[in-house]
Amino acid sequence: MIRFLLRRAFSTLTVMLVLSVVVYLVFYAAPHDPARLVCGKGCDGVRLAVVRHKLGTDLPLWQQYWQFLHGLLAGRDFDAGTDVTHCSAPCFGYSFQTDQPVLGMITARLPLDASLAVGAAVVWLLLGIGAGVLAALRRGGIGERALTGVTLAGMAMPVFLVGLLLMMVCCGYLQWLPFPSYVPLTQDPLAWASNLALPWLSLALVMAAAYARMTRSALLETLAEDHIRTARAYGLGERRIVLGHALRGALTPVITLLAMDLGGLLGGAQLTESVFGFDGIGRLLVESVNTIDLPVVVGITLFAGFFIVIANAVADLLYALADPRVGLQ
Amino acid sequence: MPSSASNPVWRRLRADRAAMAGLAVVVLLLLLAAAAPLVTALEGQNPTAFHNELIDSATGGVPIGPFGGASARHWLGVEPGTGRDVLARLVYGAQVSLSVSLGATVVQVALGTLVGLAAGLGNRLADTVLSRTMDLTIAFPGLVFAISLMAVVPGSFPRPVLLMLVLGVLGWGGTARLVRGQALSLRSLDHVAAARLSGARSWRTARREILPGLAAPVITYAALLLPGNVTAEAGLSFLGVGVRPPTASWGQMLSGATTWYQADPTYVLLPAGLLFATVLAFTLLGEGLRTALDPRAKSRLRRTRSRRSRQVAST
Amino acid sequence: MTSDLLEVADLTVDFGAVRAVDGLSFTLAAGRSLGLVGESGSGKSTVAAALLGLHRTSGAEVGGTILLDGTDVQQASDAELRLLRGARAAMVFQDPLSALDPYWSIGAQIAEVYRVHTGSSRRAAAERAVQVLDRVGIPDAARRAAAHPHEFSGGMRQRALIAMALACSPKLLIADEPTTALDVTVQAQILDLLHELRVEHRMALLLVTHDLGVVAGNTDRVLVMQGGRAVEHGPVAEVLGAPADPYTRELISAVPRLDARRAASSVAAGEVLLSVQELRKEYPVATRGLFGRRERLAALDGVSLDLHRGEALGVVGESGSGKTTLGRLLVRLLEPTAGRILFEGRDLAHASERELRPVRRELQMVFQDPLSSLNPRRTIGDAIADPLRVQDRIGEPQARTAVGELLERVGLPADWYGRYPHEISGGQRQRVGIARALALRPRVLVCDEPVSSLDVSTQAQVVRLLAELQREFGLTLVFVAHDLAVVRQVSDRIAVMRAGRVVELGVADEVYENPQHPYTRQLLAAVPVPDPVVEGDRRVARAVLASASAVQ
Repeated sequence: MIRFLLRRAFSTLTVMLVLSVVVYLVFYAAPHDPARLVCGKGCDGVRLAVVRHKLGTDLPLWQQYWQFLHGLLAGRDFDAGTDVTHCSAPCFGYSFQTDQPVLGMITARLPLDASLAVGAAVVWLLLGIGAGVLAALRRGGIGERALTGVTLAGMAMPVFLVGLLLMMVCCGYLQWLPFPSYVPLTQDPLAWASNLALPWLSLALVMAAAYARMTRSALLETLAEDHIRTARAYGLGERRIVLGHALRGALTPVITLLAMDLGGLLGGAQLTESVFGFDGIGRLLVESVNTIDLPVVVGITLFAGFFIVIANAVADLLYALADPRVGLQ
Repeated sequence: MPSSASNPVWRRLRADRAAMAGLAVVVLLLLLAAAAPLVTALEGQNPTAFHNELIDSATGGVPIGPFGGASARHWLGVEPGTGRDVLARLVYGAQVSLSVSLGATVVQVALGTLVGLAAGLGNRLADTVLSRTMDLTIAFPGLVFAISLMAVVPGSFPRPVLLMLVLGVLGWGGTARLVRGQALSLRSLDHVAAARLSGARSWRTARREILPGLAAPVITYAALLLPGNVTAEAGLSFLGVGVRPPTASWGQMLSGATTWYQADPTYVLLPAGLLFATVLAFTLLGEGLRTALDPRAKSRLRRTRSRRSRQVAST
Repeated sequence: MTSDLLEVADLTVDFGAVRAVDGLSFTLAAGRSLGLVGESGSGKSTVAAALLGLHRTSGAEVGGTILLDGTDVQQASDAELRLLRGARAAMVFQDPLSALDPYWSIGAQIAEVYRVHTGSSRRAAAERAVQVLDRVGIPDAARRAAAHPHEFSGGMRQRALIAMALACSPKLLIADEPTTALDVTVQAQILDLLHELRVEHRMALLLVTHDLGVVAGNTDRVLVMQGGRAVEHGPVAEVLGAPADPYTRELISAVPRLDARRAASSVAAGEVLLSVQELRKEYPVATRGLFGRRERLAALDGVSLDLHRGEALGVVGESGSGKTTLGRLLVRLLEPTAGRILFEGRDLAHASERELRPVRRELQMVFQDPLSSLNPRRTIGDAIADPLRVQDRIGEPQARTAVGELLERVGLPADWYGRYPHEISGGQRQRVGIARALALRPRVLVCDEPVSSLDVSTQAQVVRLLAELQREFGLTLVFVAHDLAVVRQVSDRIAVMRAGRVVELGVADEVYENPQHPYTRQLLAAVPVPDPVVEGDRRVARAVLASASAVQ
């Protein structure tokens, strides 16, 4: 168990390191003049010179990367003689345009994305697994065909389309709900939920389709396995067979998929945020691209990447816990 | 390829009504996109000309007349705010959507097949290195990376090509993993051993005994990648990091729609419906192809997909 | 009420338009045993499943009547059927790995069945599970009950499944090919266990199998099936001893006999043609620890033997003995970790693919699975012609002629060039594999389990063909197989392998009639013989052998 965790932690850290190298190379080494991208739109010559100095673009590449990595692990100072900007660990970069560390900008928006992701996950799990199980058990009926149609349609709808249409109908014409604007959970739980209801539903409808399909096919596959025949041959009831034996095997891949999807969403739900006008990590990224604020762009990319790598490790761990054949060796 | 192997595929596909409907829509869309200049010429409009006289400046630019200002001259109305012709923008948008998604799919499949083959047929070191790279690209936050890359690529680079490349370079991992797995399992079959025993060189063995077996799964996978790429392009354009104005794109039209849907619902519903129809048609066709090419392949595909080779995600 | 536990009358099973079982009737009295024998596709397993009403969910149509312990299986409600299944009649399946739920511990699965039928407490059920596991010979049953199926060996898994069957003390045990997936020594142990339990619990047994030898030692009566119909039905000694039906006769004569001496070899063995010395093949297994060194498993652990020109060497062993690895090393499909492979004095052990190319024509192979050894996308003619095209660069007309001749020689129509592998039967595919191997007129032919995936009657034909071809082409033959009786039919000398080593090597008749190594003796004693009297004696002999080795 400990050995498994150690090995997994080791490989996770390696992947993170590789990710940081790739991100560095793509965003700082490849562009013609990264300092200009850091300085942003409407940057004058004086400011550009300062930024260039602070970044140390005249240093060899590996030294620049080392500073970048050092910043991540132990913090760094952007030093231009008398003008020193400090960025404490873990330093995901410093936005000279807004004059604040990138990590702070991200964490300020994390509660929103976490609320969005977790709430939506609850809804899509209920919808997706429920529908998938029903479809697998009632094979060949009208219900199954309808469900197949709905899930295919759901998969064909990008989240911004669903969100847009839901908002059009629920807020615009029917006026059931106010136009969403984020209210923190700690401030007013009821307002938090009612404002997030539509974003949750839009995200969940899109995701649930994939989960329903996966649950259905996994359950059908498990139900066709020999050990299910054994259970039948030994007089076990259908309920016990499905709930006790078939569903467990069928849901193992679903759990790992969930870990991955949550990890992805915590790095920002760009489209959902954009549709509902939420100021989350995804929105921050898009805005930073438009204003050309490179440190923020890089910081978010790295942050989202780390979340996915960690989610990957968690998914593997869950898989090993759920399936005795994989085991924690 | 023996004809006896392709005939049953076509027969099974023909019997699949949903897939045939998908195919019909896809063909129609392709024709529409290809004939975009013709369509606009027939209507007598172009996608970029402003028509200030057709919008009501008092309301901030709502088209004058019902259904978004539809008329004999502007069959599907005009764009709020600018008065540009909606039909022209839709058909030119189809050009962008289809060319980017097809191009991206080609890049994904080509890269993926190459890397997958190299990993599956190469030596152990090559396999280890390439497999790790695959894991990494599959784990990469695709949409985030795609958005971020737009910040560092010079503005002079043609956007549709850039989108194609970005989606392609970020999305080849799934294909590579599939091809590697298939190549590895095909390689272990005895007919490959028999070919080696006959003294055939390795390229001959690969060409005759392994590559033909990859065609069906790769085609199937490509067909399932395509709708994802349509969505991804629309998403990036929706966020304002896709194709640049004044080039028309469905995603861009939809992002403008956020402010207009109460005043001018037609303008929202048209690109939304078109995007939905496109993705659905490609999905149906892909599903049909999958069952037609290999009725037993379901489980294999599920497994490759469950290990999250979800492409440039759509959240 | 009749005294019979099971009465089947006029049973039919239809899968769509296909009639799998066609009007079958038989009875089985309490405590007695019946063998259901047939080749693949005879419908025997379908019958077994029908007895417990297992076709209900599959969409098959079942007709006729099945009366099992007073319950009419056809008319019973689902709830009534559940009371029957596992409690009064239990079933043991062929593949014990897939038949058990991988997510549950063995003990929990057995306990669940017991609880469902007796309504006992969790604790009592767990105790019962340990009790039956102990009874079927699982060592340290209390601890092993917590293990999952994948942690058990094949034989242990089958014991666990038998324990599950035993849990509710059923009156009837239905065993569907219970030992087909197992090695021959493990098969003998499982069959002996079934025999013991049957006597002890006075259970009736319905044994479904393709192996007449298995039937001989374990059942009172036999029913021979062909194409869904019963062709012969009677006491086991009569059916096997004096078969009345021509099909049964053919089936019995096709079974290779362990005690049949081979007709004297017609080819005089010459000088050493191929020789391996201290051959080793290791495979890396999972790395241990974070930076631990990679552990290696030796599939072949130092094998030396000489192959003489024109001889036929049989290589026998159970799974994991390294016999297939040896076969593949001989034709250099694998590269050895250490040791030498001398062909006409040249060491091929580490020769490159380029250096091997000219030698390839001399060393050919017939593979085990005739389906995977043929490319499904290419015609059988192309498959046979390929070696000729590659090595001799012959033109299309010559290739066609050569393929026609080869097809004819292996007993297939000469004009089958354009057929695809899926269009022909398993036995025909294996003939194609043989024709392909012979196309280049090799001097050495290695056959890796060439008949193990075939039905017994096809098996006999293919073995006969191989023996003929060996004589005709003066081939040096290496015949790798797990079936000792089959190997004896073709071999001049025998190498017995175990755990990567050759434990006994000698002239065939001597090895079979006077085995020197204890493992060889154990192996020979385990082979079921289709003669009930002989089988009875052999069961006693096995028990003696087992207790002798236990003392050692």
